[in-house]
Amino acid sequence: MKFLPLVLANLARHKLRTVLTIASVALALFLFASLRTVVTTLNSGAEVSSASRMISQNATAFVIPLPMSYATRLAAVPHVTAVTWANWFGGKYGDGKKFFGQFAIDPESYLRMYPELALPEDQKQAFLRERTAAVIGEGLVRAFGWKIGDNITLQGTIFPGDWTFTIRGIYHPTQKAYGDDSFMFHYEYLYERDPERVSPGWFIMAIDDPNAAPQVQKTIDDMFRNSTAPTKTGTEKAFAAGFAGMWGNVKLLMSTIGMAVVFAILLVTGNAMMMNQRERIGEVAVMKTVGFSDRRIFILVIVEAAVIALTGAVLGLGAAILLPIVAGFGEGGFLPGFHVTPGTMAVGAGVALLLTFASGIAPALSAARLPVVQALRRVE
Amino acid sequence: MALVEIRDVHKSFTRDTQTVDVYTGLTVDFDEGSFTALMGPSGSGKSTLLNLVAGLDKPTSGEVKVAGAMVSSMNASQLAGWRARHVGFVFQSYNLLPVLTAQQNVELPLLLTSLSKKERAERVAIALGVVGLEDRVDHYPRQLSGGQEQRVSIARAIVADPTLILLDEPTGQLDAKSSEEVLVLLQRLNDEFKKTIIVVTHDARAAERAKSVLHLDKGVLVEAVAR
Repeated sequence: MKFLPLVLANLARHKLRTVLTIASVALALFLFASLRTVVTTLNSGAEVSSASRMISQNATAFVIPLPMSYATRLAAVPHVTAVTWANWFGGKYGDGKKFFGQFAIDPESYLRMYPELALPEDQKQAFLRERTAAVIGEGLVRAFGWKIGDNITLQGTIFPGDWTFTIRGIYHPTQKAYGDDSFMFHYEYLYERDPERVSPGWFIMAIDDPNAAPQVQKTIDDMFRNSTAPTKTGTEKAFAAGFAGMWGNVKLLMSTIGMAVVFAILLVTGNAMMMNQRERIGEVAVMKTVGFSDRRIFILVIVEAAVIALTGAVLGLGAAILLPIVAGFGEGGFLPGFHVTPGTMAVGAGVALLLTFASGIAPALSAARLPVVQALRRVE
Repeated sequence: MALVEIRDVHKSFTRDTQTVDVYTGLTVDFDEGSFTALMGPSGSGKSTLLNLVAGLDKPTSGEVKVAGAMVSSMNASQLAGWRARHVGFVFQSYNLLPVLTAQQNVELPLLLTSLSKKERAERVAIALGVVGLEDRVDHYPRQLSGGQEQRVSIARAIVADPTLILLDEPTGQLDAKSSEEVLVLLQRLNDEFKKTIIVVTHDARAAERAKSVLHLDKGVLVEAVAR
């Protein structure tokens, strides 16, 4: 600790250079953590998805609905214990700048299927009772300031017209990856206004044994193979993984950009540290004359690099943590559960340590190996 | 009694392909409590001798012994620790750390000791008092005159109470008045505090303050004058 003033004084020698170097490290770690969080968020959906729920969608295209008549036939498939369905509404609220997902659901069976959506019992009953009721996630409360009892009008894009709902419940996802920014309402309300066009977008089935999933999948898809609406069935986990897989190249791109940024900053920081060291050859020689050992000089230079890298890391990772909170980024609906994980923090801290050693090792070795007499001759 | 014993020291440098012999068998002693001026033309080996005594450089062969310690056979780590305890070094161009205050510059050698912060502060105050700069503790080198900087440098050299004080052209960049102040201070350190001082100088006034003067020429001791 007694050497800390010496380290800080050296860092304050070129304040602007030090500030810019710290800012570079902070920016690098902010980008690294944010990009990695996109990847972990995309993966998290698959990680927490249930293996005992299966989803059937139209084999031709996700956007083509399935006949309602499938519900009873699906319920009769061996190992299927419950069936529910949902439909994508695709409306917008206000100017539509804040996106969130809206789903027409069969309320009772859907909420039973998804215990991860925690809803107080009184709110649940109020939702079930009223045909125009809606349930929203806590994220929408934060985003729009909505509360129970509010009447909300959405403009339909797939199903034209104004659609007014009364908020009767606010759910809390017990697992972040399920998101807290969905808007759910009665399928019946949608169906009654447009019975010609409205049909389930997908079915969700609960099965009694995850090991029976391949058999259930085959049975369902074989059953509808020659119909006008053949199905594509899989576990919810596989469905989520497939969705995440669609982002495969984006994930690779983001990981690559993240590492490239870190590498670029490594060069910037290393260069700044080398410049600092070159300017202080005479001072290092004086310190050695006074009695500072090579090892102590080496440590002091590494500590300087560490102060820069760790300060930058705290600022960068802190900004990455605050980003979804301050900017409401996680409330956009595209990436529910967007938050910097402890794993990303740990990797970020590791990157900061790597930066410390990679940027500090060359100047530290150079300072430690400095021949005193030659260095003094240059400054005397 | 000899504090510094230099025995049959050979020292050569290689520059490009040329080997330059600085000493070919130099033998000289410096007594405890002595105040010696090393004089001679440029290239005569004065500063090299100071570097050998300080353990900053090593002889090609021969022995350098200071207070019984064989400096010439110590490794870099041992030399650093030994210098911290036994040597105070003053440079021609002061070489204070510009980012540290006078107090922090003087404290630098004490950071290598086990003294507490309070004890270090007391020692620094005493050293700055000895050089007459107790009112400049918070000044940075750029806020001091050349003479004051050199006095801070001397305070840094004496603060750890070293066995030996070595000075390389301490008045080389000072005006007459500042030089006089520094020389009076050195004489006081020798007379009052019994410090052993070796000073490399071209300055005749500095030599006059010393108790003995050694003249070197081409690495050979050509004259020794005792006062």
